[in-house]
Amino acid sequence: MLATASIVTEKKIITEKEKVIAISHLYKSFGDNKVLVDFNLSLYAGENVVVLGKSGSGKSVLIKCIIGLLEPDNGTIEVFGKNIPDLGHDALDEMRVKVGFLFQSNALYDSMTVRENLEFPLRRHTIKMAQKETDRLVKDALDDVGLAHTIDMMPAELSGGMRKRIALARTLILKPAIILYDEPTTGLDPITGKEIIDLMIEIQKKYNSASLIISHDMNCVRMASDRVIMLIDGKCYAGGTYDELKKLTDPKIKEFFE
Amino acid sequence: MVQTRPWRQFLDEAGDISRFTGRFFSQWFRPRYEVAEFFRQCFIIGYKSLPLVGLTGFIMGLVLTMQLRPSLVSYGVESQLPAMVGIAIVREIGPVIAALIFAGKIGSSIGAELGSMKVTEQIDAMEVSGTNPFKYLVVTRVLASTLMLPILVILADAVSLYGAYLGVNIRGVTSFDLFWQQIFDNLSFGDVVPAFVKSYFFGFAVGIVGCYKGYNSRKGTEGVGRSANSAVVLSSILIFMIDLIAVQITDLLHLN
Ligand SMILES: Nc1ncnc2c1ncn2[C@@H]1O[C@H](COP(=O)(O)OP(=O)(O)OP(=O)(O)O)[C@@H](O)[C@H]1O
Ligand SMILES: [Mg+2]
Repeated sequence: MLATASIVTEKKIITEKEKVIAISHLYKSFGDNKVLVDFNLSLYAGENVVVLGKSGSGKSVLIKCIIGLLEPDNGTIEVFGKNIPDLGHDALDEMRVKVGFLFQSNALYDSMTVRENLEFPLRRHTIKMAQKETDRLVKDALDDVGLAHTIDMMPAELSGGMRKRIALARTLILKPAIILYDEPTTGLDPITGKEIIDLMIEIQKKYNSASLIISHDMNCVRMASDRVIMLIDGKCYAGGTYDELKKLTDPKIKEFFE
Repeated sequence: MVQTRPWRQFLDEAGDISRFTGRFFSQWFRPRYEVAEFFRQCFIIGYKSLPLVGLTGFIMGLVLTMQLRPSLVSYGVESQLPAMVGIAIVREIGPVIAALIFAGKIGSSIGAELGSMKVTEQIDAMEVSGTNPFKYLVVTRVLASTLMLPILVILADAVSLYGAYLGVNIRGVTSFDLFWQQIFDNLSFGDVVPAFVKSYFFGFAVGIVGCYKGYNSRKGTEGVGRSANSAVVLSSILIFMIDLIAVQITDLLHLN
């Protein structure tokens, strides 16, 4: 009944690369609300994958399962070969150093300055670091997002686009090998949104990280994706490149491209 | 089911709060200790409520004295005025007024702060940054409010007694030394210690309720407002409940 499972998409070049995230048969429900039903996904090193789905389709739930903020009901989520739900506290912490997470609502700490926001992950993960090194990393991360002058400002003093950039800088500060973006352009005007996407692509090139981008913004999908996965009815409904999916006639897919 | 019965809701919430409190006790003494954050919270919590607690304490002392005087005059025991207000303030007015002001100021600000951290995913962000948010946010705040309120109560008592001194002297003359001597002569161990001990419980109640409400805030700005509001309501009620229990206990132990 699914017109779609047929679209085999992982190109040959990619298959030779290391699989950094492998999700199989993932189930998650809240009470009677079945959010994810037998969801599967693979992410390869250096690749940008966009998960496309409507509001409320469970995109945030999916990404929170990957980072271990939510516990799936069933299924495996292997990140660098380790199953996230099985990890103990310390192992999970170690994993989270390698996996950056950009929150949908930025999640900047309101009571801290930009500098303290960026220092937070550096200080809190069990890494010992000299103050000089911390300062340098903070400065580098701010330079990467072009906001070095905001270092002593409070998040409330920044515009929406700037806050997104600072949040991105905080995500990047540990130089993660995988970055998970939860709707990076939602709530921004199209121009600022495009700037953020450009920045994401630039950063991906610079650090050669793999990205999993959650979105329902078609501009973001078109520009940032090597590969798109459609999350519909809790499943990986279809997958392929932007152009491949655009040609499909399935009404559930078509409505995204109109 | 939209129509859950009120008592059912009440029991559900009581269960949730008990579990939350249990979680506090199972985590507070385990490393890692958030010492810096704890001291920061002590400072913020103590400092924020200091002016209000002082002001209300002063007014209560003054007003109480002025209102008690006519009755004492009519019984011809006007000279007992300092002793009476002293006991009233130290045993009941000081702790309860300070605790209620504390609930209004600190309970609501903890509820709103944690509530907005919850809905803007800051709590999740802490968790992915190698921090146990329950320890970092809840344990530090609950401990800080538990330890700060008794100090504020002592302060409120002192300021309130100064207010009473002023009240005594509006329509009569009692020397400063005599005033304090009368107060301390009439205060016993059984007046001071139970009042001091119960203020720890008041502080704990305010901290745990504020954190619980904030930590379980619903999505949206409305949810944050509601957490702050219900934190104040519930902790104020709890303060009176604890007061009621405390007086029974001191009575049973013949500490009166
Ligand atoms: N903690 C939770 N408890 C109960 N239900 C939840 C929880 N988190 C999410 N849900 C439910 O899961 C479903 C998917 O939510 P999710 O936040 O993943 O949507 P989304 O795809 O990210 O949407 P959006 O584009 O609006 O962010 C929703 O129906 C939501 O009500
Ligand atoms: Mg979402």
